[in-house]
Amino acid sequence: MPVIEAKNLSKVFGKNPKHALKLLDKGLSKEAILKEAGNTVGVNRASFSVEAGEIFVIMGLSGSGKSTLVRLINRLIEPTEGSILIDGEDLARMDKKSLRRVRREKMSMVFQKFALFPLRTILENAEFGLEVQNAPKEERRKKAEKALEMVGLAGYIHQKPGQLSGGMQQRVGLARALANDPEVLLMDEAFSALDPLIRKEMQDELIDLQSSMRKTIIFITHDLDEALRLGDRIALMKDGSIVQIGTPEEILVNPANDYVERFVEDVDRSKVLTAQHIMKRPETVNIEKHGPRVALERMREEGLSSMYVVDSKRNLKGYITADDASAARKNEIGNLEEILKNDIPRVDKETSMHEIFNIIHDSPIPVAVIEDGKLLGIIVRGSVIAALAGDAEVNIENA
Amino acid sequence: MLNSMLEFVPRIPIAEGTEWVTEWLKEKFSVLFDPIKEHLGNFMEFMSEDVLMLIPPIIFIIAVALIAFFISGKKLGLAAFSIVGLWLIYNQGYWDHLMNTVTLVIIASLLSVIIGVPFGILMAKSKIAEAIITPILDFMQTMPAFVYLIPAVAFFGIGMVPGVFASLIFATPPTVRFTNLGIRQVSKELVEASDAFGSTGAQKLFKVQLPMAKATIMAGINQTVMLSLSMVVIASMIGAPGLGREVLSSLQRSNVGTGFVAGVGIVILAIIIDRFTQNMNKKKA
Repeated sequence: MPVIEAKNLSKVFGKNPKHALKLLDKGLSKEAILKEAGNTVGVNRASFSVEAGEIFVIMGLSGSGKSTLVRLINRLIEPTEGSILIDGEDLARMDKKSLRRVRREKMSMVFQKFALFPLRTILENAEFGLEVQNAPKEERRKKAEKALEMVGLAGYIHQKPGQLSGGMQQRVGLARALANDPEVLLMDEAFSALDPLIRKEMQDELIDLQSSMRKTIIFITHDLDEALRLGDRIALMKDGSIVQIGTPEEILVNPANDYVERFVEDVDRSKVLTAQHIMKRPETVNIEKHGPRVALERMREEGLSSMYVVDSKRNLKGYITADDASAARKNEIGNLEEILKNDIPRVDKETSMHEIFNIIHDSPIPVAVIEDGKLLGIIVRGSVIAALAGDAEVNIENA
Repeated sequence: MLNSMLEFVPRIPIAEGTEWVTEWLKEKFSVLFDPIKEHLGNFMEFMSEDVLMLIPPIIFIIAVALIAFFISGKKLGLAAFSIVGLWLIYNQGYWDHLMNTVTLVIIASLLSVIIGVPFGILMAKSKIAEAIITPILDFMQTMPAFVYLIPAVAFFGIGMVPGVFASLIFATPPTVRFTNLGIRQVSKELVEASDAFGSTGAQKLFKVQLPMAKATIMAGINQTVMLSLSMVVIASMIGAPGLGREVLSSLQRSNVGTGFVAGVGIVILAIIIDRFTQNMNKKKA
């Protein structure tokens, strides 16, 4: 069962929003409605569900309604229509008291500009969520300290937020959100105000933290790289509507429409990077020297399930799988010829990333980069995604 | 011909109406006004004559100087000024008048703050309240201060209490306005943060909005105190005792010298009060 489920969630700003909703039904665009009715459509019928333990990224450019959407989820902004189910309860129809209970116990928020309370110490900031729940002093101090420790700020608890750097302030923001141990973490452009290096560091740390705590995270960003790095699934927004929801690969490989495609192309590096930038040194076996036994041993060492086969001049001959090699050894087959497979996904070193997605998506084995019949390198699925996210040790100097 | 158009409506009896309302209030609410007059009057008399005036001036001066020293961050300037200034007032024989004025200012400002801050909060929380209260504040502040003396006398007779009443009307607006402003200035993200963690309205107010607005509210209170002081001088016209009364009587006798000395006394008091309230603000902000 999904932890959070949004159904037809809409927000129209301005007077008489119901009228504007009717215009939306008639298929009028956001601009047309602004002109005709004077209403701004913030979010238009957003529906999605988020599973437990998932990082669900909502991505869009500024003005696409993503910040409004995340505020609809905890009802900082009242929805005009639609429902938000959290553990099956409809947040949109709750009275104030139940809403407060959900905000206190089930979801916390991390803000773009940190929104720390400047007059409180770091510890007092982290305690805030527990303080409004009237938790006993001892308990809230203990939990807040633990949360601060998790984000690596144990030594700073008596400082004021103004004394910390941006990255550290956002750690406090994160600790404040984690202190009351919510099921759901809403992160509104949480790392956007940080400089690129710190941002990356925070992303890594979030991934680390997430691997141990398994929260359900809804992460808002305008940055495709960030979305690809963090997201288990990504929802792309445009003009208040969700245009596509999918895993990072689905979004990259099968953009739902022109908008997504342009978004992906504009932001990513697929245009600049080619196969040679992301390929790795291949692990190979030599058909002239090695038999199935060596091949199997090499695969075990490298932790691979398949391996490319070359001759002494590095001409690509094919590939073998571990299963076949193991069977060959049992049947006492001495050379590799017989189990050699030839359906190799191949590209040359100038192939663009964009094409590589398409090839690699359906391929069970790494893509081979070939020049004049020789194996130059291999590309695994992970390095494509990582390269897009700007993370791979990209061999730019080779370009 | 054209003028007759202006005379189409006979004079509207606003003055008579106001008088009637005042009379009516006085009669109907004397149950309320009389005890206020009596108790507040007694209390203020007690405070100035039986407390402040019984403190030996030398101890009072030293105490003020010590407080000045500490709240100004251990600098000597304000402390030195307090000693010299207060001694000068003592030297001129105005000590008792000074104590009366101090009593009036303290009581009037305290009441202004007690009334003003909640109204400011109300304005900040509700647009409707803001729309209603803002023009009333404008009215209160722009009406010539002397005018408040008239109903003050009608309700409370003469003396300290009507002085406090007039001062309340005149001096409360800055506290109300600055409280409202201060709360509204608290950044939207902080308010969102406190909401997102499930604060009740009161928690949001006391844990986030008021602490953040404190500096601004204190600036408003500083204004209120200064206005109270100026009103306390005007209130001498309806028999409020203190330095103001000396100014008034020298005016009536066209006695430049006494008027100047009493005036200087008020200036000294004003500077000390102003620096005190400002420093309290700085320290806490």
